[in-house]
Amino acid sequence: MLETAAAINTLMRDDGGRLLAALIAELRDFQLAEDCLQEAWASAVSHWQRGLPGSPQGWLLQVARRRAIDHIRRGKNFREKQRELSILMEHDQAASAEDADDNVIPDERLRLIFTCCHPALDETTRIALTLRSLGGMTTPEIARAFLVTEDAMAQRLVRAKHKISVAGIRYEVPEADALPGRLNSVLDVIYLIFNEGYASRAEPYMRPEFCNEAIRLARLLMHLMPGESTIEGLLALMLLHQARAPARLKDDALVPLDEQDRALWSKPLIEEGLVHVKSALSRGLPDAYQIQAAISALHCEAANFAATDWAQIAALYGELTRHKNNPVIEINRIAALSYVHGPELALEMLRGLEDDFKAYQPFHALKADLLRRLRDPAAAQAYEAALAMTKNQAELKLLEKRWAALRS
Amino acid sequence: MQYMLLIYTNPATDLAPGTPEFMEMLARYGKAGETYETDGVFKAGAALQAPATATTVKVRHGKVQTMDGPFAETKEMLAGYYLLDCPDLDAAIKYAAMIPGAETGSVEVRPVVDFSKFR
Repeated sequence: MLETAAAINTLMRDDGGRLLAALIAELRDFQLAEDCLQEAWASAVSHWQRGLPGSPQGWLLQVARRRAIDHIRRGKNFREKQRELSILMEHDQAASAEDADDNVIPDERLRLIFTCCHPALDETTRIALTLRSLGGMTTPEIARAFLVTEDAMAQRLVRAKHKISVAGIRYEVPEADALPGRLNSVLDVIYLIFNEGYASRAEPYMRPEFCNEAIRLARLLMHLMPGESTIEGLLALMLLHQARAPARLKDDALVPLDEQDRALWSKPLIEEGLVHVKSALSRGLPDAYQIQAAISALHCEAANFAATDWAQIAALYGELTRHKNNPVIEINRIAALSYVHGPELALEMLRGLEDDFKAYQPFHALKADLLRRLRDPAAAQAYEAALAMTKNQAELKLLEKRWAALRS
Repeated sequence: MQYMLLIYTNPATDLAPGTPEFMEMLARYGKAGETYETDGVFKAGAALQAPATATTVKVRHGKVQTMDGPFAETKEMLAGYYLLDCPDLDAAIKYAAMIPGAETGSVEVRPVVDFSKFR
């Protein structure tokens, strides 16, 4: 009994997305496909007690398909569903003839990813729908991460599926002219999922399950669309961030790079990340993800903090501003330059940005850090300004520690 | 399927008719319309007179009530529309982005209800 339950859980995680994607392709109805697959899983729980069928995936798809045929026959818009119905019955007969071999289940996950990440859907909805449909995460898990009730999240998912069907969001991989933009939308969703785990808006600060899920999705996307340097760049970036995760927190406080125990960094993840950075950049189409991955790679390759190639990192941040418009990039560039030319010059550069950047927390955090390194008494006030703007508990603890240390 | 493209702009910043900028905008509307015709998606379209010329009508307890001006209290007002027949939402979004009003205001893309499905 426990074995069956464990087998079903593994199947849901590994094959749930693939089965759902294939079923939507046949039914052309997101909600119906999800409902029927749900019924098939429930049916598996009772039917598999004495052992799994030869092809569990084929069995599940077959049951879901038959449920769909029933639902459509009983439905009031039966007549306009004739096309779907005949496709389903055809597949049903073919599958019976082949004894439900799972090798014939086509991989439609790429279509599903592009649909879930459609830019006409709200950003949170895109993340939730992707996690639910392709990530095998449950609605309660997703609701907790977004600090909303389970009901609210379930409602949001139902509304999204309704919009997909009524507004004419096609279940297709976009055509060549729209592909780059739509691919970016997909990658942004994956990176947002990663950040949800890397610097969560909810407690705890780090949720590895989200990071792992994002990395798994990026690997899947790379497998489905080989040769796309932007996907490989994002995968590399996440691997190199994840490699350093074990050293990022101590006593619930964020540990800055110069104090991190590099022995805790994951060598296998770093090695894998470095291979992907090089492979992506070798195609000669740098973009924001690849450049950020290259910056992360330089941190990972440095034997210690002092050995970091800060000049190169500053140059890469400069390059990054040409691809992405975000004030934090310029602040990071100045931080890198402070290790090349010293904190005075960096502080001077920061002063020039005061009017435009004073609303940003990272501006005050860097200013405080530079003043601290210069042993300038004004550091205390700068830390207080930064603290007042910091919402995140882990960063708050780090800043408080540094602020308190000024007095000793 | 059919999509209604509702163009919302701020009357306070709308270009004055007759100015070169206005004529240029008009020419760009003309070009968008030509593309819709060539691509075979155009069903209907119109520009509306200023919101100040609008009358809002309500019927309450069988009585007709009229009110001067549009109902909405927002800055952006309905300024015109296109009705297009597109293969999917991506196509409708592409055509909506060609409307000059999208650069100063916004265009709402709404799928039209197909009543044949309810028969």
